[in-house]
Amino acid sequence: MEQFINFVKKEFAHVWRDKKTLLILFGMPVIQILIFGFALTNEVKNSEIIVLDQAKDQASQQIIGRIAASRYFHIQSSVMNKEKIEEAFKQGKIKMAIVFPAGFNETLLHQGKAQIQILADASDPNTASMLTNYVSSIIQDYLNSIDKTAVIPYSIVPEVRMLYNPQLKGAPNFVPGVMALVLMLVCVMMTAISIVKEKETGTMEVLLVSPFSPLLVILSKAVPYLILSLINVASILLLSIYVLDLPVNGSIVLLFAESTLFIITCLSLGIFISVKTDSQQMAMLISLMGMFLPTVLFSGFMFPIENMPYPLQLISNLVPAKWFYIIVKSIMIKGVGFSAIWKETLILGSITVVLLAVSLKSFKIRLA
Amino acid sequence: MRTIRFLLEKEFRQIFRNKAILLMIMVMPVMQLIVLPLAANYEVKNINLSVVDHDHSSYSQKLISKVTASGYFKLTGYNGLFKEGMKLIETDKADLILEIPRGFERNLVREGHQQLFIAVNAINGVKANLGGAYLGTIIRDFNNDIRLQLLPPLKFDGATVIEINSSNLFNPLMKYKFFMVPGILAILVTMIGGFLSALNIVKEKEFGTIEQINVSPIRKHHFILGKLIPFWVLGNVVFTLGLLVSWLVYGIVPLGNLVVLYLFASVFLLAILGFGLLVSTYCDTQQQAMFIMFFFMMIFILMGGLFTSIDSMPEWAKIVSRFNPVSYLIEVMRMVILKGSSLRDILPQLSTVGLFALVLNAWAIWNYKKRN
Amino acid sequence: MEYVIKTDKLTKRFGDFVATNEITFEVEKGEIFGFLGANGAGKTTAMRMLCGLSMPSSGTATVAGFDVYKQTEEIKRNIGYMSQRFSLYEDLTVQENIRFFGGIYGLSNQEIKTKSEDLLEQLGLKNEAKKLVASLPLGWKQKLSFSVAVLHQPKIVFLDEPTGGVDPVTRRQFWDLIYEASAKGITVFVTTHYMDEAEYCNRISIMVDGKIEALDTPANLKSQFKVNSMDEVFFELARGAKRSD
Repeated sequence: MEQFINFVKKEFAHVWRDKKTLLILFGMPVIQILIFGFALTNEVKNSEIIVLDQAKDQASQQIIGRIAASRYFHIQSSVMNKEKIEEAFKQGKIKMAIVFPAGFNETLLHQGKAQIQILADASDPNTASMLTNYVSSIIQDYLNSIDKTAVIPYSIVPEVRMLYNPQLKGAPNFVPGVMALVLMLVCVMMTAISIVKEKETGTMEVLLVSPFSPLLVILSKAVPYLILSLINVASILLLSIYVLDLPVNGSIVLLFAESTLFIITCLSLGIFISVKTDSQQMAMLISLMGMFLPTVLFSGFMFPIENMPYPLQLISNLVPAKWFYIIVKSIMIKGVGFSAIWKETLILGSITVVLLAVSLKSFKIRLA
Repeated sequence: MRTIRFLLEKEFRQIFRNKAILLMIMVMPVMQLIVLPLAANYEVKNINLSVVDHDHSSYSQKLISKVTASGYFKLTGYNGLFKEGMKLIETDKADLILEIPRGFERNLVREGHQQLFIAVNAINGVKANLGGAYLGTIIRDFNNDIRLQLLPPLKFDGATVIEINSSNLFNPLMKYKFFMVPGILAILVTMIGGFLSALNIVKEKEFGTIEQINVSPIRKHHFILGKLIPFWVLGNVVFTLGLLVSWLVYGIVPLGNLVVLYLFASVFLLAILGFGLLVSTYCDTQQQAMFIMFFFMMIFILMGGLFTSIDSMPEWAKIVSRFNPVSYLIEVMRMVILKGSSLRDILPQLSTVGLFALVLNAWAIWNYKKRN
Repeated sequence: MEYVIKTDKLTKRFGDFVATNEITFEVEKGEIFGFLGANGAGKTTAMRMLCGLSMPSSGTATVAGFDVYKQTEEIKRNIGYMSQRFSLYEDLTVQENIRFFGGIYGLSNQEIKTKSEDLLEQLGLKNEAKKLVASLPLGWKQKLSFSVAVLHQPKIVFLDEPTGGVDPVTRRQFWDLIYEASAKGITVFVTTHYMDEAEYCNRISIMVDGKIEALDTPANLKSQFKVNSMDEVFFELARGAKRSD
């Protein structure tokens, strides 16, 4: 046991000495929380648009005024002809163009029916449909305002309630995601690489011939990352509570217990990769391309899993981060207890056991 | 010049010697380009809807069938109690609850006014936004249908209408994949180039071979060029593979000129490779280089406008993204491939990225010290 | 007498630590100059300054007539260097390594070809020419490194503990290579802590705690300290050393 503690101390010294890596290790969650919390938003706002007003009358100016006042749009200086519109689209300067035909107001007043043309850049289809929706409702509002006297009969008024996240903040969605991502990164990549590095430089053999169980050698490499990861979990939670105003609705103890389980899953994955590879570059490529991207994709925090084709949905079940994401979301946001997440916990636990068993087995084969 | 030839010969030999890594460099991006656009799908359809119908009237039935017929929603629950609908939300089986109150039809016809309740699971902002908006539009349509049915024709014609004639340029079928594929290809090229170059010099440091280089009369810029060119070639190969995959798998044929596309990709590669080499010159171990590179990559990719629009970011973030080479690549890829933008259209982006390439490589050469 | 290396109070500090402390010496053209000292005495630091790999903190030095502050690139054209750590490319073959290093020192293709044939012949590595360097035993790797370091006929070759970890027979063969190079007029500057190797040198200097404590021919040193072997000379000098690994 004393020996083991000495080994852990040695590994800690390694991690501690590399200040650049350490800085990034602890800086990563902070930056991610900042980016997700303040820079990225799923809302569409301040979209650059262009208006071609061939009417220049009261009605067109009023509608343009309403559009300009909306936070969804930013109108660029108006243009005079359609060729300019095409050019602006191709230079990526605008996302939408609105064209008012000549005599817009007059047609509206006399015929009670006028046309507006909207050209949307559908290379980004979601933004295009949202923007079109926004313009439609602005125009609808305008119509209602000029026609105040008319009472609209038979109206259905939908009343929308946003559950859990009334301000539609991104935080409830991404904080659990960032947690999964950072833990995955620190544990899988760092352990895999630090073990493979010992293989590459030949120091692994020195450790293996020592009268010390090879299993403990590997474990001692994992312990520092386990502790670093728990510190990261704590810092993410603190940031989320105090900077993003997102409290933990469920039990913090349960959250830490589940995080520890997930960290162990990741460490096993890292050990597994390190057993299977011989060079740092290979270990890195596998943990990065093979583990990181799938984590981003299949955990469900950036992309809805139910939108994926069925085979991918099946694959997503193999990604540990998916289960952890569900668990964290349930505890943090919905505030449920263990009874609601025992299934996910069980799955995560099984994945861990399988990974550990397989890597231990191939580790022994290598030694023999 | 002759020195560079020897350097290149050596780098290429080393790249081709490690078949496993070479295979990864080629196969991984192709695989990912095939899988990712299927997974990274924000095309919001199949939103799970749970209906709580207290009315059971012909109107409520009509409304429900109109909603399900729209193609955006999948009815996953039909209950008589709100509590049961809520349970579906809690277990993530439903994203939205549409609650139709008792007396919906009667009140609408008699009093001309009736409310509907929509509860949205707002944890996922995109779904909440789009789902709510779609449901709103459908209810508005349904409302118009009812008015048409109930009101005398003349009276309805009297209302003022503005017809909105909207057209979706560049992607009339509104395929989300068209939007994602060029962006993902941009990310993959960035990752391959950035990581390989970041690890390379530092690997020589770790193995000690850099000593033998440093003690030779090799010129610093020759050494950096010798590292830059092989990865530049490799990056272009990966880029080409990516374009082939997008054509064969997704049927995406660049609308713009291929030469323009390659020109931009080439200049971009110089910039991102320069960045990788720069990181490499600052690091002592591969682990460190990889981690630092990862840190920047993450910021580059997240803030590059792949998933979320840069326009919607706050001012400070927009300024940050102006220094992000990846945002230019994603933008230009979409412009040239989907909109057919010409060289003249992308000139501002091209010159900015060219400037990055110049500065980053000069910095890398400056910071690579043969003596400490 | 023509000197190819001349130093005057050459010093390197790392913060408060003085790795080499005002060392002053000359190396004559064509001689085999041994640079001795315990681990951590400052040998490698001194050598790295002379090779242009490390910037001196103070003092002056010239190598092959060029200044170590300003003319490092000229120095590099005139020296060969073999580092303590094996630093050829393990993922290239023997032949590819020779070709690469010949190339970056500006040898013509013809020269590279004849030289590498000679070299492979001389080292008895003909059958291994197409093998990866990683697969060679340590002794062969060391001999190969040395040959690569003198491939371009430098004026001076710097060897940093070239025989560390190899067996006595290989060490003997290695010194044969050194003598051959010396016979061709290459000045050899070698660090070692094998005292028997010190006997092979024309002159030796012994560093203790960053300073040169003795500099003469092996015979003179032995008589000066009234002992029979270099081992004893070294022991006399290094006894008071404060630094060691």
